[in-house]
Amino acid sequence: MNSMLAAVAAVLPASDAWVGPVATQEATGPAAFASLLFVVPLAVAAFLLLGGNRTNKWGHWVAVAASWFSFALGVAILIQMMGLPASDRRFTQTLFTWIPAGDFQVDFGLLVDPLSMTFVMLVTLVGSLILVYSVGYMEHDPARRRFFAYLVLFIASMLVLVLANNYTAMFLGWEGVGLSSYLLIGFWNQVPSNASAANKAFIMNRIGDVGFLIAMMAMVAAFNSTTFDEVNAGVAGASQGTATVIGIFLLVAACAKSAQFPLQAWLGDAMAGPTPVSALIHAATMVTAGVYLIVRSGTIFIYAPIAMACVAVVGLITLILGALIGSFKDDIKKALAASTMSQLGYMMLGAGLGPIGWAFAIFHLLTHGFFKSLLFLGAGSVMHGMNDQVNMRRFGGLRKFMVVTWITFMMGWLAILGVPPFSGYWSKDHIIEAAFSTSTFAGADAPWAAWVFGSVAVLGAAMTAFYMSRMFFMTFSGKARWTSDVDGGAVHPHESKPIMTVPMIILAVFAVGLGGVLSINDVFTTWLTPAIGPVDHAEPVLSAIWIQIITLVLVLIAAAFAWVKFGKEAVPKAAPYGNAFSRAARNDFYQDEINEVIAVAPTTAAVEGVTAVDRYGIDGGINGLGRLSVWTGKVIAWTETGYLRSYAGYMLGGVVVIVAIVLGFRL
Amino acid sequence: MESLNLIPAATQMFASAVATPSTGPWLTLLVVLPALVALVIWLVPAARAKGRIIALSASVLELIAFVVIAFTFDWAASSTTQLLESYEWIPPLGITWSLGVNALGLVMLLLTGLLVPLVLIAAKNEDDDEVRGGGYAALIMALYAFIVIIFASYDLVLFYIAFEAMLIPVFFMISRYGTGENRRRAAMKFLLYSLAGGLVMLGGIVVIGALGMGGTSTLFRYDFLQQTLPALSVGWQMAIFLPLFIAFAIKAPMVPVHTWLPDTAAEARPGTSTLLVGILDKIGTYGMIIMAVSFLPGATAMVRPTILVLAVISIIWGGLAANGQKDLMRLVSFTSVSHFGFIVLGIFIGSDLALTGAMFYMVAHGLSIAALFLISGFLVQRGGSAQISSYGGLQRVTPVLAGTWLFAGLASIALPGLSGFVPEYMVLMGTYKVSVPLALFAVTGVVLAAMYILLPYQKMFTGPINPQRAGLADLDGREKLVVSPLIVGMVVLGIWSAPLVGSLQQISENLEPNITFVSETAPEVTGSPAQGIISPSSTADLNEGNAQ
Amino acid sequence: MSLAFYIALAGILFSIGAVTVVVRKSVIISLLGVELMLNSASLVFITFSRVLGDYSGQVMAFFVMIVAAAEVVVGLSIVVAIFKSRATTDLDQNVALRK
Repeated sequence: MNSMLAAVAAVLPASDAWVGPVATQEATGPAAFASLLFVVPLAVAAFLLLGGNRTNKWGHWVAVAASWFSFALGVAILIQMMGLPASDRRFTQTLFTWIPAGDFQVDFGLLVDPLSMTFVMLVTLVGSLILVYSVGYMEHDPARRRFFAYLVLFIASMLVLVLANNYTAMFLGWEGVGLSSYLLIGFWNQVPSNASAANKAFIMNRIGDVGFLIAMMAMVAAFNSTTFDEVNAGVAGASQGTATVIGIFLLVAACAKSAQFPLQAWLGDAMAGPTPVSALIHAATMVTAGVYLIVRSGTIFIYAPIAMACVAVVGLITLILGALIGSFKDDIKKALAASTMSQLGYMMLGAGLGPIGWAFAIFHLLTHGFFKSLLFLGAGSVMHGMNDQVNMRRFGGLRKFMVVTWITFMMGWLAILGVPPFSGYWSKDHIIEAAFSTSTFAGADAPWAAWVFGSVAVLGAAMTAFYMSRMFFMTFSGKARWTSDVDGGAVHPHESKPIMTVPMIILAVFAVGLGGVLSINDVFTTWLTPAIGPVDHAEPVLSAIWIQIITLVLVLIAAAFAWVKFGKEAVPKAAPYGNAFSRAARNDFYQDEINEVIAVAPTTAAVEGVTAVDRYGIDGGINGLGRLSVWTGKVIAWTETGYLRSYAGYMLGGVVVIVAIVLGFRL
Repeated sequence: MESLNLIPAATQMFASAVATPSTGPWLTLLVVLPALVALVIWLVPAARAKGRIIALSASVLELIAFVVIAFTFDWAASSTTQLLESYEWIPPLGITWSLGVNALGLVMLLLTGLLVPLVLIAAKNEDDDEVRGGGYAALIMALYAFIVIIFASYDLVLFYIAFEAMLIPVFFMISRYGTGENRRRAAMKFLLYSLAGGLVMLGGIVVIGALGMGGTSTLFRYDFLQQTLPALSVGWQMAIFLPLFIAFAIKAPMVPVHTWLPDTAAEARPGTSTLLVGILDKIGTYGMIIMAVSFLPGATAMVRPTILVLAVISIIWGGLAANGQKDLMRLVSFTSVSHFGFIVLGIFIGSDLALTGAMFYMVAHGLSIAALFLISGFLVQRGGSAQISSYGGLQRVTPVLAGTWLFAGLASIALPGLSGFVPEYMVLMGTYKVSVPLALFAVTGVVLAAMYILLPYQKMFTGPINPQRAGLADLDGREKLVVSPLIVGMVVLGIWSAPLVGSLQQISENLEPNITFVSETAPEVTGSPAQGIISPSSTADLNEGNAQ
Repeated sequence: MSLAFYIALAGILFSIGAVTVVVRKSVIISLLGVELMLNSASLVFITFSRVLGDYSGQVMAFFVMIVAAAEVVVGLSIVVAIFKSRATTDLDQNVALRK
């Protein structure tokens, strides 16, 4: 802990300079209208939902327009920001007071700074492109209007999440994206498994929300506030225990939202939603909210090194887990989902390395947003042309029939592999270098940390190369293994319409060039500095050039291996039985079964137990009281014989008893 | 035997410093109007057939009156009782006819004023003939009169009389107009359970009467009780507190005296359940705030740990039991048990933040549970069955019904942006400040809540369409009229919650010394007695001995 | 004469009367038993009136005789009415009280 603080103190002058310059009120100009970024999409969502079937014909175009409007406004704010000196780039704006409870107050306020603007641009640009793509993809769906309403609702919620200036307002966006995700995963809920997948996603995310609430509770108890500024100021003086509690529970929240171990089981099932949903929400934006949370809360993690170490470890585990699962999945969307899980693990690892890694985690988040959504849109295009087939074993040889899809998918593939000069190379390599530069773990000196983290990161890169190449070659190269009339229906693969391919091409351009462009003179990391603090540069234990060479060599070897196995050799149409390990990986390492045992079964047992005790125990007791009084009445009713003489006898007996008592008292 | 007569005269005389109505017996009129309407409908045969319309007009008038009062109310002095009127009724017993509202009472009256017309409009579904419908409307009006008395009451015996009297119309509403087969049994169970609680409560009132008999003609008026009860020894406070609390716990309902609610909700009409859970149950927690926290801080401090544990048990028990129900109405009623656990937790935890949250919760829960019951009722009326498993795939058959049900459900599970989030957030934050373990247990209720709304939604509204249900009609215009104000209310309260929070916060801060009271000895008699929810304000004299 | 003899006699008479009411089936004999009890009470009144020298006891005895007479009139007329409809004076047969 001391060495960590010393390292921190050495780099930065004072703890209150930690989150960059003091926030200023918004200047005039576009930043003052930042609330429109989410108000407009939200209003459009409400309009489309309430408008009903009247808006069916043109509703989706209104949604597309709203999304592009947000993008344009975002660009305007961006330009305004870039024209200002670095220390003036953070704006806050209080929209209204939300909960004025005496000395505790929560306002709904915005924080417009380089970090939030990065996300705004990512969400609005990728979102707008995907909305355009969806016009074509969902063309034949009668509920298209509702789909677009949910999509803009999601965009609004995500923007609230990244623009909030306190954890409570962020929580509003946090649950909002959870709700949108639920509505969109279950969009085709006439199929029961889709509805179950949506429920699973929402309930697992709710577990993360519990973590978020507990973190906020700790903040309120310690600092009487949930604003970023006040929490960051307070945590410097708080005990390490408080900071660790806050950090750990924020990590729980991030794990659920970003599908990190151990709350990762919902992401694979979430692929039940339409492919644009998978591209936007479960690749580029919603799942990155967890990384945003961790990076935004950086100050807390500085003062809670144990929590920060947990972040890195979780990232590491998920990185490998996702890669292993992705290597054995035959469903193209589920393989991409596993890949997303793994790449998010990279980002978490970067975030867990401390100031040396935050900027690169965000950088990778940005580039990943583009190339992963591109890959998903490409998968959607393939599915569209193959009658919604998802099994890669029934693809093959598609490159001749879907040229644009093939080329754009290839761009995404090269980007995710990290082949220079594609964008993934720039972002992923920085994380690997940062992994090799870390020298502490949980606050203590740990020279082994660099080797462990670095090696696993490199291994992950190699595995990524393997499974992504496997996907690419199984789908586009080799011989065609399509279904025919006798086993599933004939397919006639064809390229998709321009309304679908143009967004893919635009995304491909970004996948190719974004990383390189943003790395010139470290433009991006400098851009982020006012928001997250300066990047700590440490020396990697292996020289940078060696890291790059080793990584690249391993990547190329893995890709070549995949080419041989899945491009050149014939791929069996049915998955081979394989050994226990490959079967486990194909079943997501039995994550659902484990969840069933740990969480679902005990809860079901508790539900049944409580219901039984309630019905038979408590209620039975009350009803028993009623039966008791009725029974007592029946017993007493035996004295009502209807015989005069017995009544006379009672009277006589009663008189005798009374006289005896009276006489007894007197004597 | 300690007697209130022995308390020094300085505190025995209530400070005659209460706000009086500047103009007239408005609250009494607002009590008389529904009662009169009920009598007219019952006694005048011609009015019987038009009963619903007459009752609806009267309740809308009443709502407008409440809104007018809300506009003339001084919100900056939210914790003082305004519009106070007080007349001597039974001087030898110290009972007066006193009515007055502070912010909490007024907000509950506004909630009632909103829900009664909606229930009356929705009731048209159930009545084949208007004469029967008229009878039901008259019962609602009678109930309305008693509810107004309860929330506006400024005298404990008046409160008690209305508390018991309101059981009569509800009994008939369940037994004669209920929809289930076991409605008579459920009505009897409800009646006996509540009467038992009332009997116990009477014991507490008798204790107060015995302590103060003959001392003053306003013995049971809140201001007098506020001055004197906190100064009693803890033993006497307990003798008063426990009977009152048991009655309120039955009303609330809290585990383990909650089992009357699911039976009643399953057998009664949805409108009846709406009023029962949306308003009548709030009387329990309203009473807890006034009687327990405000009047009897010493006893509260002693019993607090037990109550808090029971509250957290209610949260979790209600959530688990709701998940295990197969009947839709029973499920919704168990969710109420869970919500009331949160409210009681917020009241007794000892944090003004949580207390404000609990009071806000009462309003927010009223809206969301009303929406859930009414919409579920619409579904059950169409489908003829309340079994969740008998429906399927209805989102494509009745999209508006599905959407509004989901909306109401999300509001009740504290989705941020809707009415349920702010109060639950405040209660949790306040609880954590005082007790970390209780907060951790309570927050798990959030996951259970997601399950008990989404799993029934999945069973009823998603999946393949059940062919028997393919012909169900969606919500018609009248039903949308019923649901719209509730939905608007849920959204408005979720975002624009600041005015209500600020107003209720004043009450909580006024009660701060009471809820953080930990000493086991009564406060000094000569010092300032703990401030209460019924605090005097201006210095106008009281209208006493006025036989109007 | 010792007071106790008179009280004992009254007690014996009262017991005989009480047992007669409870035990005998015929309603007329039950009424006789009631008369016996009343007369035993009168005997006690007169005894104490004599012992204490207070004439209120003898006045009470007169009251008792008058009330007994009135009650016998009412009781016997009820019995006659019942006899007319049921043709029996057996008390056990008249279980209408139960229903």
